[in-house]
Amino acid sequence: MIVIVDYGVGNLRSVYNKLKRIGIAAEISSDPSVISKADKIILPGVGHFRNGMNKLKEYGLIDLLNRRVLTEKIPVFGICLGVQLFTKHSEEGDCDGLGWIDAETVKFIIPKEQQTKFKVPHIGWNSVSVIKNSLLFKNVDPSELFYFVHSYHLKCNDKNVALGNSNYAYDFVSCIEHGNIFGTQFHPEKSQDAGIQLFENFVKL
Amino acid sequence: MFRPRVIPVLLLKNLGLVKSVKFKNYNYIGDPINAVKLFNDLRADELVFLDILASKEQRTIQLSFVQKVGDECNMPFSVGGGIKTISDIKQILNAGAEKVIINSYAAENPEFIKQASMEFGSSTIVVSIDVKKNLFGKEGTYTLGGTKSTGYSAVDFAKLMEEKGAGELIINSIDRDGTMEGYDLNLTKKVSEAVSIPVIACGGAGNYQHLAEGINAYASAVSAGSMFIYHGPRKAVLINYPSKEDLQKIFSN
Repeated sequence: MIVIVDYGVGNLRSVYNKLKRIGIAAEISSDPSVISKADKIILPGVGHFRNGMNKLKEYGLIDLLNRRVLTEKIPVFGICLGVQLFTKHSEEGDCDGLGWIDAETVKFIIPKEQQTKFKVPHIGWNSVSVIKNSLLFKNVDPSELFYFVHSYHLKCNDKNVALGNSNYAYDFVSCIEHGNIFGTQFHPEKSQDAGIQLFENFVKL
Repeated sequence: MFRPRVIPVLLLKNLGLVKSVKFKNYNYIGDPINAVKLFNDLRADELVFLDILASKEQRTIQLSFVQKVGDECNMPFSVGGGIKTISDIKQILNAGAEKVIINSYAAENPEFIKQASMEFGSSTIVVSIDVKKNLFGKEGTYTLGGTKSTGYSAVDFAKLMEEKGAGELIINSIDRDGTMEGYDLNLTKKVSEAVSIPVIACGGAGNYQHLAEGINAYASAVSAGSMFIYHGPRKAVLINYPSKEDLQKIFSN
């Protein structure tokens, strides 16, 4: 069973709907006993980093998620704020994250001369150049575009964590893969067919 | 590669899809859920839904409707109409919307934008600013379907909303609405230059060239109603949208 972790931030229903459309029965839950039994976990999320971490604490999920992901190594997929929470620290609210990957979450700093063209938040469709072999992008055409909504992005200290880059005024890491840990800054659940393919690939892992 | 978004704007009146000219003369178009299905097939980038009577009638856009859209919609969508509370926003997001659009209440209570963006993150909060010229040709911003002046100029209102934490602005020219004569490019440009958050140009687009002009006037995204709803000089109702190849061509210069 795939569990979409409900920790009170954002758009769980659209992830659930997308999985349902490809015939995957997922469960939305914040119940530790359900998350304990999950084969795979999806951690979506929209909003403020500090709020996200506070909510995980409030729901009493941090130790459980650490155990499931770091010790039992079940596949986990973070989306948008979800993947940012995997990092060690975010500039948004100067807040420590789960620290599952050796990366930071930093604010988009657009060079002054490009500020009329590249506004923040970065909202819209971007291509992703995949930089290592990955099951996640199997059968995804390199010309596909994915939907982004964010003001902060990942910066990987461990270069091996990065799976692909996108360009918005400059290159930034837009998806990661590190053992059983996967994540995308963009929203597969909002990225039409290419996004559905990504979910299918994750489900088959 | 980053490609600007092209966004159909769908207006709702009594849960039917309508289209206006200069915020008047509402023409009934059809069933909004059917339109969502067509835009799914046409691979639209994003959809905007506005319940145009909600604020006037002092209610919020119907949640069961938003949920229906959420279940059907293959792309991101945002929703506006009478939003006044944090709980309104929470419910609309839970129903599957990506973003909420606030217009009348943003002018009435700018602090609400601050509160909302703190709670949900800036990128979830869109403020729509309706602009028109009065009888003496003086440009100003309006709420309640273009009937009530806010007292702010477009640039001042845009800056205030950015300061309060809005993540995006829809700049809507009432004078161009439904005319299909092209965006008010001066307006688009001066607001885009004044703020560092994305601006969506709205009001007046009638062809692909207009969309490119909006982006050249520093809009981050372009939107249109009539253009994606009507076809031909007699304005036959036909939901349409540029193909992937067309989109690449439109923004290649």
